[in-house]
Amino acid sequence: MRKLRVVIAKPGLDGHDRGAKVVARALRDAGMEVIYTGLRQTPEQIASAALQEDADVVGLSILSGAHNHIVPRLMSLLKEKGLDDVLVVIGGIIPDLDIPKLKATGVKGVFLPGTPMQEIVDFIVGNARARDGYA
Amino acid sequence: MTTVADTSRQRWTRDTLEPALAASPERQSVFTTISGRAIERLYTAEDVAGLELPVPGAFPYTRGIHPTGYRGKLWTMRQFAGFGTPGDTNARYKTLLRAGGTGLSVAFDLPTLMGRDPDDPLSLGEVGKCGVNVTSLADMEALFDGIDLGRITTSMTINSPAAMIFAMYLVVAEKQGVDWRTLSGTLQNDILKEFIAQKEYIFPPRPSMRLITDIFGFCARKTPRWNTISVSGYHIREAGSTALQELAFTLRDGLEYVQWGVDAGLSVDDFAPRMSFFFNAHSDFFEEIAKCRAARKIWAEAMRDRFGAKDERSLKLRFHSQTAGASLTAQQPYNNVVRTALQALSAVLGGANSLHTNSLDEALALPTAAAATLALRTQQIIAYESGVADVVDPLGGSYFVEALTREMEEGAQAYFRTIDEMGGMVEAIERGYPQREIAESAYRFQQRVERREQVIVGVNDFVEQDERGIEILYVDESASGTQLAKLEALGRSRDADAVSRSLDALRAAAHTSENLMPPILDAVRAYATIGEMCDVLRDVFGEYEEIPVI
Repeated sequence: MRKLRVVIAKPGLDGHDRGAKVVARALRDAGMEVIYTGLRQTPEQIASAALQEDADVVGLSILSGAHNHIVPRLMSLLKEKGLDDVLVVIGGIIPDLDIPKLKATGVKGVFLPGTPMQEIVDFIVGNARARDGYA
Repeated sequence: MTTVADTSRQRWTRDTLEPALAASPERQSVFTTISGRAIERLYTAEDVAGLELPVPGAFPYTRGIHPTGYRGKLWTMRQFAGFGTPGDTNARYKTLLRAGGTGLSVAFDLPTLMGRDPDDPLSLGEVGKCGVNVTSLADMEALFDGIDLGRITTSMTINSPAAMIFAMYLVVAEKQGVDWRTLSGTLQNDILKEFIAQKEYIFPPRPSMRLITDIFGFCARKTPRWNTISVSGYHIREAGSTALQELAFTLRDGLEYVQWGVDAGLSVDDFAPRMSFFFNAHSDFFEEIAKCRAARKIWAEAMRDRFGAKDERSLKLRFHSQTAGASLTAQQPYNNVVRTALQALSAVLGGANSLHTNSLDEALALPTAAAATLALRTQQIIAYESGVADVVDPLGGSYFVEALTREMEEGAQAYFRTIDEMGGMVEAIERGYPQREIAESAYRFQQRVERREQVIVGVNDFVEQDERGIEILYVDESASGTQLAKLEALGRSRDADAVSRSLDALRAAAHTSENLMPPILDAVRAYATIGEMCDVLRDVFGEYEEIPVI
């Protein structure tokens, strides 16, 4: 059986990558195939990575407050590329006020500081697109 | 040979401890600090055998750089702040100064930190969000409007474009009629920890180091009271390092800067006295105190032994401290007030020369004015009510603190040997060594939290369902519009020829080895933007891209 493929990306100018890296390792330890894009990825680069890597999941880490600009752009690019069924989750410092706006763009999971890794793993396993041959 | 201490320790173990353990075992089989360092049950004179406790104010300064501790002067209460437009932040500074703050500390937004103008596509959504946007001299003028630069000290958290931001500050001082020689404050200007931890780098390591030594050389001649660098462990720790890694990597970074300064032809005692440091005050109380005490000793000895520094000021490690942002929780945010108070107390007992206390709401957003004021009040209560500031190094001589101080020192020396063997810190960074060490520690810590070996109150234990939220500062999008309009107006009002002449001169100088501060000052005076100046240097120096490691 193939493993779930997850692209972890850090968009925007922010360099605080502790969360992205810890989550990437936790997902890998949970048996997923994890591709970490590194820092300062534009929405265009992330959408391309999702396509090229045949990702089931895109995980974004944003701590700078730029999510309201970055996420809608990424979601429409994913749609353009026919990747609407890719599960998009986001972690970082996201004000409560913004969560419904992000979910309205199609983001399924928003994980705030202090979220247990297992909760993220379970959410991804429970919500990633079901495709033949995937674990 | 049996000493008296041995005998009494053995007798205690046999007669007192073992029956007690048999009756009620300890809570855990192993106790560790938050960094994972094993801690003994009891420390006695045996653990500090051979220790010579130096006096404060004298080499190697383990007990502090001042013979009178805080009895002469309290630490500077310096609260880091910045958001939105320069006007927004100027108002916050005036609030902090009225509340009794004794220094300013500028938080810049990401476009500024990355040398990008607000109209750069990469600045999308970032203008004024994490700090104040400063694009040109016009913004720096607005930021300090009505604040006399001759009467305050200002710390500026800026690294890759430190030279440009410092030049803007100098020109504002010039316009206010303040003599540069009297200016006092600090530039963070620490690029090595950006490559290691915070990742706000622009240029590759070597040209970045040249910009820093240019600032050392310029300041030695022109701004003798300015701290040219704040060698920072804070961000290393926030990225997940242990206390020891923070200590070791930071001090080794400091030695790297000294080496590059000396290699650039500066005399060590001409610039080392203006170097300062910046440590994290994390949650493990005694480990933090030991870290600060060890730092002073290691630095004094290394400066004497490695560089032959003679000036006492080159040997004295002065440091700013900030409580640990990464320790704050979004859950039950009022608990953060208590965390911060304890962390601040450890910084004071460690002898911090200045201190920032985080606000209770910082796991959620930038702080509200009320939360920032409460954070400042926390410091004032420690300073004026607790009594801890009235005795020099009150924990000196504690078996535990002294033993831990020595362990930290030995551990740091071991890291120094590894990094020296790699050829220095620049080489170690190019190999990804400190980056991997930190990522490893961050992951181990997270695993301990997941397994509840490390309790975080309100997060993995003592959790409350249905918590009520608190009011947070919501930085809206208006700063971006304001700054874009201001940039457009600047384009019309400034002398375009003067700008391009100054940028050409900067480009020409960057190709030589001459000091870049004078051409940067000229470009700033012509109202060149930070993006324009950094673009010139991006052209000449190239841009750094790291190989991501997880």
